[in-house]
Amino acid sequence: MPIQNYIWLSIALFCIGVTGVLIRRNAIIVFMCIELMLNAVNLLLVSLSKYHHDASAQIFVFFIMAVAAAEVSVGLAIIVMVYRHTKSVDVNILNRLKN
Amino acid sequence: MKNIVWLIPLFPLAGFLINGLGRRFITKTVSGIISSLTVLASFIVSCIIFSDVREAAFTPQTIHLFDFISAGSLHIPFDFYIDQLTSLFLLIITGVGFLIHVYSTAYMHEETNEGFARYFAYLNLFVFMMLLLVMGANYVIMFIGWEGVGLCSYLLIGFWFKNNDFNNAAVKAFVVNRIGDLGFIIGLFLMIKTFGSLTFTDVFSKAGEMTMGSGILTAITILLFIGATGKSAQIPLYTWLPDAMAGPTPVSALIHAATMVTAGVYMIARSNMLYVLSPATETIVAVVGVVTAVFAASIALKQNDIKRVLAYSTVSQLGYMFLGLGVGAFTGAVFHVMTHAFFKALLFLCAGSVIHAMGGEQDMRKMGGLKGRMKITYITFLVACLAISGIPPLSGFFSKDEILGAAFGSNVIYWAVGVLGALMTAFYMFRALGMTFHGKFRGTEEQEHHVHESPAPMTVPLIVLALLAFVGGWIGIPALYGGRDNFGNFLAPVFAQSKALATPHELSYNTEWILVIITTSLVILSVIWTWTKFAKYKAREKEATGLEKILENKWYVDEIYAAVIGKPLRAIAGWLNDDAEKSGFDGMVNGVGKLVQWGSRQIRLIQTGRVGFYIFGMVIGMVILLFIAFYF
Repeated sequence: MPIQNYIWLSIALFCIGVTGVLIRRNAIIVFMCIELMLNAVNLLLVSLSKYHHDASAQIFVFFIMAVAAAEVSVGLAIIVMVYRHTKSVDVNILNRLKN
Repeated sequence: MKNIVWLIPLFPLAGFLINGLGRRFITKTVSGIISSLTVLASFIVSCIIFSDVREAAFTPQTIHLFDFISAGSLHIPFDFYIDQLTSLFLLIITGVGFLIHVYSTAYMHEETNEGFARYFAYLNLFVFMMLLLVMGANYVIMFIGWEGVGLCSYLLIGFWFKNNDFNNAAVKAFVVNRIGDLGFIIGLFLMIKTFGSLTFTDVFSKAGEMTMGSGILTAITILLFIGATGKSAQIPLYTWLPDAMAGPTPVSALIHAATMVTAGVYMIARSNMLYVLSPATETIVAVVGVVTAVFAASIALKQNDIKRVLAYSTVSQLGYMFLGLGVGAFTGAVFHVMTHAFFKALLFLCAGSVIHAMGGEQDMRKMGGLKGRMKITYITFLVACLAISGIPPLSGFFSKDEILGAAFGSNVIYWAVGVLGALMTAFYMFRALGMTFHGKFRGTEEQEHHVHESPAPMTVPLIVLALLAFVGGWIGIPALYGGRDNFGNFLAPVFAQSKALATPHELSYNTEWILVIITTSLVILSVIWTWTKFAKYKAREKEATGLEKILENKWYVDEIYAAVIGKPLRAIAGWLNDDAEKSGFDGMVNGVGKLVQWGSRQIRLIQTGRVGFYIFGMVIGMVILLFIAFYF
């Protein structure tokens, strides 16, 4: 399969992620969209690593996945706390932090 | 000789330190004795040096003390330079200075212990600074002394600092002197640039290689002359000297005779090489001198304050000295400095004696008839009057005659105006004599009761100075009267270099005789005419009119200066203070603060607190960054 296909897929996934972050108000959906962007980048790294016969990019990917796992746990914990506090996971409610 | 020269300025400095630091602890007697003795010690050392200098084999010597300034190629050592001119000035300063110190011990006896010691500390510092001025081997040392005498004059004129008028007079003296000093210091910088050195010998030998009348030399000499007009009270900067009468009378004597005002004459006589090489400046010096001589004399004609008459007389006599310098008669000018030091110190000390006897009264209209009560003061004052008027064979005759003769050789107009000034001199001096000592007593009864001859410490200096004023001119009797002109021969080596460049016009004996006879007979006529008018002076009630009123008000020069210079300056300062600073600089500073506040208030609006908006902004930012990264 030519490399372009992978690149197009990554771009598509990334744009879906960005759009989701921008237009959705549900915190969990926003969170998933962020993960989607991360994985779009991972996919791009892995495919280009294969294309260039260079394994170092795959090492990055493992790091990113490990960090993402940690980040997800923290992020979900925050969302749970927000929900307990406000009975909502709407990100626009979070502007209450302002005051 | 070399190993004792540094003692001369050291003695007065020591006296200054002892009196200044110990003013709370020592009594009047002690401080008076200390300060008089220090100046006497300097005088003795000066005499020793003078006897060395008089020897035929003497050559000018530079005494190196220590390195003062060393920057790049510019080296200014702290050196003293001893030649005939310096040793002569040393004698005048310390000799006349000593007599004034002795006189002051009696004159100031009503001061408190502390004030008395403070007074003598200033007096010693004054002498020290003046000694530094004439002993320096370069213009920087001279400038230190130059500024020092300015400072001391300020301190002494404002000695009675509780009187605000006196303080104003002191400030005036200081400020007017500063104007001249600015010219002097710019002249010094120009000299460093041109000659690369400020040492007299270097400067003069390098100047000798330049062409006569070159622009840079003219600029330097004019700038130095501006300094001299300030210090030596010439038009247009003379106004401080009459106001300097606010100080104690012996201080006036010191300023007018031994120190301070002769500094300008000394400086130009020392720089005679530079001045001879710039004829344009010489003309300016001569014109300023002769105009000042007549102008100040005309003011003195109508003054009623005895000290003011003498002050304008000093300005006028200094004008003669500058006339002499301007026409190349350096010897004559220095000769006049010396004789003037004698009779002007005498006049001031006599005036002080009179004021002392009258209990502080200075208005001559309220004096009169003092000759019977104050015989010594009267006789010495008479001698001084004769000397300053130029009656032969007193000292003033010889020195003034030498200057006028040289002026005639240069330009007849100088001579004619100078003679006019001499007539005025005779008039105002004998007017003062008549109003003060003759006629009826016009003061209050209490004053009449109080009048007495002054004590010995005051009369002895008067007698000594009267003798000097009488015979002082005899050391310089020219060949015309069968003399040998010892004075001129003594100073000849100092002016030898410049004399080789520009030979003054020699007058034939016949011409000189005619000039002398004309001048002297006119002066004597002036004296007699004055005497008929003022020997029995009676106070008039009517207001002066016309020219008399203008003269009484000193040609309104102070008022003109206030209107032309003072008022605009004050207006500009007021505008800068009220408008330029408040709305300009303050406005600028406050404006910056206001701008920041306004800007932050606007930018604060985009901080909405909406997470979506922030993320949107972040994404837009990234897109723009990517766009920039790819396409630029």
